[in-house]
Amino acid sequence: MLLTRAERRRGIAWGLTSLACIALFVGIAVIALLSWDAAGTQSRLFTAYTWRILCFTLWQAVLSTLLSVGLALPVALALARRPDFPGRIWIVRLMALPMGVPVLIGALGLIGIWGRQGLINGLLLTLGLDQPVSIYGLSGILLAHVFFNLPLATRLLLAGLERQPAEYWLLSASLGMKPLSVFRFVEWPAVRNIIPAISALVFMLCATSFTLVLVLGGGPAATTLEVAIYQSLRFDFDPPRAVALALLQIGITGIILFAMALLPAPDDHGATSGRASRRFDGRTLSARLWDLFAVLAATAFVIMPLASILAAGLKANLWSLVTSTAFLAAAWTSFSIAISAGLLTVMTSLAVIAGREAVADMKKPGITARSFAAMLAGMSSLVLLVPPIVLGTGWFLVLRPLGDVAHFAAVLVAIINMLMALPFVMRVLEPAVETHRRRTARLSASLGLSGLSRLWHIDLPVLAKPLLTALSFAMALSLGDLGAVALFGSNDLVTLPWLVYSRLSSYRTNDADGLALMLCLICLLLTILGTTGRKGADNG
Amino acid sequence: MADGIRLQNVELRLGGRDFRFDCTLPSGAVTAVTGPSGSGKSTFLNIVAGFEAPDRGRVIVAGKDVAEKHPSERPVSLVFQDHNLFTHLDLFTNIGLGISPSLTLSSDHRTAIAQALERVGLGGYEKRMPGTLSGGERQRAAFARALVRNKPVLLMDEPFAALDPGLRISMASLLLDLHRETGNTVLIVTHDPKELSRLADHALFIEHGQIAFKAPTAEFLDRRDIPALVEFLSN
Repeated sequence: MLLTRAERRRGIAWGLTSLACIALFVGIAVIALLSWDAAGTQSRLFTAYTWRILCFTLWQAVLSTLLSVGLALPVALALARRPDFPGRIWIVRLMALPMGVPVLIGALGLIGIWGRQGLINGLLLTLGLDQPVSIYGLSGILLAHVFFNLPLATRLLLAGLERQPAEYWLLSASLGMKPLSVFRFVEWPAVRNIIPAISALVFMLCATSFTLVLVLGGGPAATTLEVAIYQSLRFDFDPPRAVALALLQIGITGIILFAMALLPAPDDHGATSGRASRRFDGRTLSARLWDLFAVLAATAFVIMPLASILAAGLKANLWSLVTSTAFLAAAWTSFSIAISAGLLTVMTSLAVIAGREAVADMKKPGITARSFAAMLAGMSSLVLLVPPIVLGTGWFLVLRPLGDVAHFAAVLVAIINMLMALPFVMRVLEPAVETHRRRTARLSASLGLSGLSRLWHIDLPVLAKPLLTALSFAMALSLGDLGAVALFGSNDLVTLPWLVYSRLSSYRTNDADGLALMLCLICLLLTILGTTGRKGADNG
Repeated sequence: MADGIRLQNVELRLGGRDFRFDCTLPSGAVTAVTGPSGSGKSTFLNIVAGFEAPDRGRVIVAGKDVAEKHPSERPVSLVFQDHNLFTHLDLFTNIGLGISPSLTLSSDHRTAIAQALERVGLGGYEKRMPGTLSGGERQRAAFARALVRNKPVLLMDEPFAALDPGLRISMASLLLDLHRETGNTVLIVTHDPKELSRLADHALFIEHGQIAFKAPTAEFLDRRDIPALVEFLSN
């Protein structure tokens, strides 16, 4: 009963509005898919082609997950066992970087290292091997998925290990446990519970991976559902096939999301290494060498492609690139879309939070109110179920009769980017608002602070930081995104990632490298702004 | 009697538990609310403050039925155990918000704030941030805000529980001084029998969501036939 009636009504209204808008946007896309030439869709649902695509999508996701999580485990164990590893905090921070690098740019970096002309293959050739590692096809896709997900899995596993009480390590040392016993009785129980959730998360990311597969795969033998949808629309113009594939995609993500809902969510709170506990095990030379190898190998694996982006980018004539009209136009387009998507995301999350707050404040919320609150939470994650490319396909079909889809493209991309950022932004903002309310709600209510006065004196000074965090995160995501743009990209709508991609396809790689470096730096800057803010919101 | 607190057949179901309160608290006196943890002490206070609305019954504060009123519309001031101040605002602003939620303050108001700070022993602390104060100083600032609000009823939820014992005694005497100056009605939730005997004119024992016993302090402290009360007093 902390809100006045007017405040509660306003919260419900905000929530309802955001709910209606999201439901409408996603609903129209899905209905367009379902009602489009149903017979044609059915005939394409179970063909050898879709079957092969489906199998490859799942197969590469399974392999990527096994490799990412399997290889992350020894790295996390080694980092946890070596609290005073030289430069440990920087290694842990490095593991957060790939998440902030636009996927397309990461792919460029990987090509720079693992490609035909890359460092590794050069090395292998001088060693006398004539069969180079292929960055294209399944091996390339796996390599790229491991590059993006091994660091993520490492951080989550490390956080799980560091959440163990310090006494556990002291106890295991005083009991004289050997490394295998420590693993069996302390380390494994600590990670066992979180591995399923981490695996599900990585699997989800790999099963819906678009950009990496587009750049590194794409041939008939290495195409995922997302890329196949894109190809069906963009190259073959076969909407029924795109629709059939989109429906399969929704089915797959639905199943994964359902599985994930049953697992506890992992979080990387505590993967800071600041309050590392003392470890007395693993003092033997072989254990030291093994940990050194695991950490160095992972570090090199992550850092090399990033260094390659930097090195290749610096070779380009950055100044003439920055001042070129193509870059300026693309940067303008990208920033307009990113800032719109960012502001939309923050406003929508606040509306959703206001709606949920209003219900939480009710004394006896009825079934309607409670399902309203649950729907608000679900809606903000809807894009996980209906991926961007599927949304884009639906809207492509809706808008095509109205003329050139390119006219609406910028707005569509901004809205789709907003939906993509929403689940993550909600994870930042909702706890921040909740903590703030827990501290101030009773006091504000008793003093009669409400409306603008509360917003100005009480809410904004405290929430400005998490709001900025959310905004910069959403903007980084939008700036680096190729998925939503890919369907609509044309001469009228060139964003920075699209510019990089088209330069790449026309083999003007020098330009692409320069652009990639700049885009990468912008996104990393925004992400770093985001993550530092998030820590502040959690602690303070 | 006009400024007192009266709960008339108040019933509330919360988290699967039933609360039933019916009592009159004397006006212009200090009444302590005690009871075992989870008995409903804080719920009792929340009903008076307006953070919980009763399912039925009347809540009369200072002569008006406020059962349906928002906390801000009730003639009460509040002091919690913690989080009494907005940590990002200085003391002047924190206390000023007690006068005007939109912080439109006249020069008289400013003088009143300075005087209130002076009165609680924080003279000249206007620009200090809550984070730079000790726990006791923060509670003093909360008292200063209650002073400028000038409401007939002061509700306190274990206001000294986070302070060390020596500080509790000096804070209690400050509270009593302020109480005598303003003649307000004070309701204080406490789990400390010493605090109860130090502060309260009347005491109220809550058990299982109901008022088990209510009496003037001397009589309250002598009562020996309620096992839970005896156990509470022996702490």
